[in-house]
Amino acid sequence: MSLTIPSPIPLEHFKRFILSMADDELVLGHRDSEWTGHAPILEEDIAFSNIAQDEIGHALVWYTMYEELGGPSPDEMGFLREWNDFLCCHFVTYPRGDFAYTVVRQYLYDVAEQVRLRALLSSSVEALRSVAEKLIREESYHLLHSQSLVERLGDATPESHDRMQRAVTEAFPQALGIFEELEGESSLIESGVFVGNTALKSDWLKEVVPVLRKASLHVPVQLDAENVRVLAAADEGGRRGRHLEHLKQLVEDMQQVYRLAPQSQW
Amino acid sequence: MNQQDQPRAATESSVERTAEVWKALKEVRDPEIPVLSLVDLNIVRSVEVTEGCVKVEMVPTFAGCPALNIMRDEVVSKLRSLGFEHVEVEFTLHRRWSTDDLSEEALEKLRTFGIAPPVHLMSPEAGSHLERLQRAVAQPVLCPFCGSTETKLDAFFGSTLCKQLYFCTSCQQSFDRFKPV
Repeated sequence: MSLTIPSPIPLEHFKRFILSMADDELVLGHRDSEWTGHAPILEEDIAFSNIAQDEIGHALVWYTMYEELGGPSPDEMGFLREWNDFLCCHFVTYPRGDFAYTVVRQYLYDVAEQVRLRALLSSSVEALRSVAEKLIREESYHLLHSQSLVERLGDATPESHDRMQRAVTEAFPQALGIFEELEGESSLIESGVFVGNTALKSDWLKEVVPVLRKASLHVPVQLDAENVRVLAAADEGGRRGRHLEHLKQLVEDMQQVYRLAPQSQW
Repeated sequence: MNQQDQPRAATESSVERTAEVWKALKEVRDPEIPVLSLVDLNIVRSVEVTEGCVKVEMVPTFAGCPALNIMRDEVVSKLRSLGFEHVEVEFTLHRRWSTDDLSEEALEKLRTFGIAPPVHLMSPEAGSHLERLQRAVAQPVLCPFCGSTETKLDAFFGSTLCKQLYFCTSCQQSFDRFKPV
């Protein structure tokens, strides 16, 4: 099956956009899977195992679209690509850390994904609308889950508050990197593919800041009238393939078995 | 394929062959919820028969569900056993799959299997998908064993991607609820 997109949309930039979403999902799914058998309580072990499976399934949906646009197969994209060819943001590549960090990262990512998919529901590309319509149904469960943990753990006990605060301080600037401008983004905006990362970031801030504040967590932003001014530098580079060592290790680990026998049928 | 010398597909009208395919697909079961067939699950959307070939269009339930590959393989072997030389199964995302579209019969089958069926997501009140989901998960869930409403959500996720774990305080049993999506 092949997919054609309306001609004014530059194919290479469109493909990079698809790939950035696929890579975010695969890498975060891999990090989430690292909690299987290790989460602090059984319910969360099940939750993060489920979320990992969902995210990797969603990565497959995006990689399949990439293949339909003339790219290599999903397996080749996930398991035979060099680490510096990934276009995920730095945020999803960091080690799982403290469980509080995992909860905060998942929440900040889930909201970002929610606003992104919501925007894609009105994309000019029909295939993006269909995928967004599918994924948003599943992703909404992730967000209800992570938001309820943030709300409960933010001010449950002094220890939970401290750990959640440390996680927010660390994760917030990293999360801003989700919205790093893509190559050729202005052409994607002009052709109605999506509203662009600046608009998505602004929607994201409007959702996460009040929730974190209500959970007694300090966020490095200043509110001037309607606007949210960010007082932290975004952790960027991932969308241009400039990655940290963490991703190199993750990719080596993830690809190890596949590369032993790439022709095997699983 | 031992009876391929008999050109069955050519002698029968494709309408009859198509009906045979649908009937056969009703016998292919969800490997994780074997009371439901692929037709009950509303996964099969179209069947196209031409000569000795059949093309089946399916929609995935949950995008990451590992049972999808098993279902595809079972559809292929089932339809080969009907004498089709070439069986093509295509998953498409261009058609919606929602638990709202499951038939009353399918919901009843889930209940008798011990899984609380999903509630309807589409409510008359508008709103984003997230808001509809919030309203849906706030509704009471009936225990599939004793029918009590004294149940509580134990874990937001469950043993498979399509389920959540509940506990019934009346009959003291854990049970799964099919996620409304």
